Amino acid sequence: MGKVQRPRLTSLPIRLNMRHICLYFQVHQPFRLRIYRFFDIGELHDYYHELNNRVLMQRIAKKCYLPMNALLKKLITRYTPERFSVAFSISGTALEQMQLYAPEALESFQDLYATGGVELLAETYAHGLASLKSETEFRRQVQLHAQTLQKLFSAQPKTFRNTELVFFDQLASWVADMGYTAILAEGASTLLGWRSPNFLYTAAAAPSLRILLRNYPLSDDIAFRFSDPTWPEYPLTAEKFAQWFRSLPKHELLINLFMDYETFGEHQWAETGIFSFFEAWVENMLQDKEVRYITPQTALAYHEPIGQLEAPKPLSWADSERDLTAWLGNDMQLDAFESLYALEPLLQNLSPEQHPDLHRDWLRLQTSDHFYYMCTKFFADGDVHKYFNPYDSPYEAYVTYMNVLADFRTRLQNAQND
Amino acid sequence: MKVLMLGWEFPPRIAGGLGVACYGLVKGLVHHGVSVTFVMPLRSGQEPPNSYRLLGANEIETPAEETPATTFWKQVRFYGVETYLGPYLEQLERPILTFLAVPETLPETTTSAPLRLFFTGKYGADLLDEVYRYAYAVSFLAQREEFDLIHAHDWLTYLAGIALKRLTGKPLVVHIHATEYDRSGENPNPIIRDIEAQGFAEADLVIAVSFYTRSIVIEKYGVPPEKVWAIHNAVLPKDRQPVERPPHKRKVVTFLGRVTYQKGPEYFVEAAARLAPKVPEAHFVVAGTGDKLRSIIHRVAELRLGSRFSFTGFLPPAEVERLFDLSDVYVMPSVSEPFGISALEALRAGVPVIISKQSGVAEVLRYALKVDFWDVERLADLIYGVLQYPAITQFFRKFAQEELSQLQWERSSARVLQAYQSVLT
Repeated sequence: MGKVQRPRLTSLPIRLNMRHICLYFQVHQPFRLRIYRFFDIGELHDYYHELNNRVLMQRIAKKCYLPMNALLKKLITRYTPERFSVAFSISGTALEQMQLYAPEALESFQDLYATGGVELLAETYAHGLASLKSETEFRRQVQLHAQTLQKLFSAQPKTFRNTELVFFDQLASWVADMGYTAILAEGASTLLGWRSPNFLYTAAAAPSLRILLRNYPLSDDIAFRFSDPTWPEYPLTAEKFAQWFRSLPKHELLINLFMDYETFGEHQWAETGIFSFFEAWVENMLQDKEVRYITPQTALAYHEPIGQLEAPKPLSWADSERDLTAWLGNDMQLDAFESLYALEPLLQNLSPEQHPDLHRDWLRLQTSDHFYYMCTKFFADGDVHKYFNPYDSPYEAYVTYMNVLADFRTRLQNAQND
Repeated sequence: MKVLMLGWEFPPRIAGGLGVACYGLVKGLVHHGVSVTFVMPLRSGQEPPNSYRLLGANEIETPAEETPATTFWKQVRFYGVETYLGPYLEQLERPILTFLAVPETLPETTTSAPLRLFFTGKYGADLLDEVYRYAYAVSFLAQREEFDLIHAHDWLTYLAGIALKRLTGKPLVVHIHATEYDRSGENPNPIIRDIEAQGFAEADLVIAVSFYTRSIVIEKYGVPPEKVWAIHNAVLPKDRQPVERPPHKRKVVTFLGRVTYQKGPEYFVEAAARLAPKVPEAHFVVAGTGDKLRSIIHRVAELRLGSRFSFTGFLPPAEVERLFDLSDVYVMPSVSEPFGISALEALRAGVPVIISKQSGVAEVLRYALKVDFWDVERLADLIYGVLQYPAITQFFRKFAQEELSQLQWERSSARVLQAYQSVLT
């Protein structure tokens, strides 16, 4: 463990009765593959289930993005960005899909960003796992995503979050090297040991990089348990949830709630009362003048790191193991992943300008969801894995993906000879 | 001569070689002037009009009043056991075991109106139940149909054949396309095995699709040798020209069949593992489904060969032809293959074949590469040879076509007709 840094005076005064809640929402949609058969290899180069992708994006926009953006805008306007701000990470593929299928959703995010109450985070463009395989591809995609945020939002992200909060030492040094000042990670005991996630930390591998850790019990109370009638705390009321925050140790000042944005209206339907719960909880919390909802960059301005964290092995926010086995756990996933990145050298000779289709597919095939669909862990986490999964079985997901890869490889090889 | 033929599959409702063989045989018999009524669980409704008659068991009215058939069924005891008919299941997922109870299997004869029974015609989890229902419904043809002889294909229809024989006294010929030992090795499902044995015992004559199968019938079921005839399957003449292949550098190695113990898919995969590094342009196709598909996919992933394999699932006949058009070699590594009609279909499409020595088709093909199913090293060698040396392909194409022209259904059905005549006199 790294040595604990001594607190120093900060630019902003921190008071001990102050309490900061950092909300970050992940917005991501993959380009799901259509049933791509052996007979299609070499014949058809259109891999995506256009209808499925369009219908899902439009449904999610209607049920989640638009109503939740409206609610957040209302709260930001009512309380001012100083007291209520939130952070988003929106993957490049989700932004593409909004442009293609639900432009009103993109406008709504742009509108929300214009309030000044939103921080946009950097991630890999395709919401992929490149960091585990290729530093070059990882850096390229982070850059591509930042360019996209600049273009669509005029935003320059300073905080980085990796796909599924995958975090490890090497990653921290790359991210710091790229000029990011903060990174998000899972508040798992494998990373923290006995320590609390409710503080700011730094990365042992890159001491300038601040780490914000997800408080997973409180995050998952909303994201997974909110509408579960078998949960002893069901139904979760705004008052009860606010009380849990008040009963946290007084010196724990920074509570990070990270979750998928689709939690609101999609994973938890509007009928469960998730929207009114959220609003009532924020209002309840903000009755206390010392409470603020802040973003990661604001957290850096207020808080000092209290320790360093090491992660020699990659961690994630998924499932009970908090490891990578949801994406790279079985042989099918490993085979698909290795076969995919075996193609990377073929891409390097092809410019995106001359081969836009190949580069588009290269990105879309890297999206982590493709590997998630091949997961064979059907225990407690199975419910989550089945969500939005277009396949009947992980075997079908693997077979389809490998057929697509066979065609994609042929196209790459042919392009080399042109 | 009028034959009442009982079968589970008939084009376009086919799952494998059984339906293809029944179709060829019926056409051949019609050619020889035999009148055939073919009774299957249900018709697809897509069959073209033809010179034979097709009837679905779901179209047969089972009467409300007491008939000789209903009396007969009262004396029959059914097996009521938990069973799992592994090799037939079409789904990837193993279903929950079904309990087969007699009262649910057969309708109460006290119902006031005539009844038509429900059939799927598939090899589902309730297969045995459906086999009983089929026998029950078909037995009412005893009084309604005119025929000289009953011809039943595989255990699925043997109970129906036995019932008809007992009710009419007409001779029964049973045809065996695959025994339970072929499908399940040394651990046969006892119910299916018993039905097969009873069919052989009550039949006046047994037709086996090869000498290989004939010997199994004699050795494993104790059937007197003089009662078992081996009559090889054949192949219908080519009714289409192969489609011109698109220019691919890829070389396609094809496995086609149910992905079950019997068909030896794992030997295909192990041979592929030896071949893949040496022939980078080789692509392996597994066409079919079955209870071993998942473990086969796992093994391919474990070998990191997923990008070299395609799994197509079950293919309808038109797509089988398309697959042959794309294939450079067809591999049939069956552990125990009574005949293996698909090897003839591959040859008909001009695809060289590598077949296991444990197959009936090996008896009739001289111009095919033959290998013991377990010898994956040798299998890999042979595939390599076919892919790398075009002369082999040309040689086999030329001579195999000549051989194929001898394997006609007119010939095979002439022998079947002789078999009929032997039991009618």
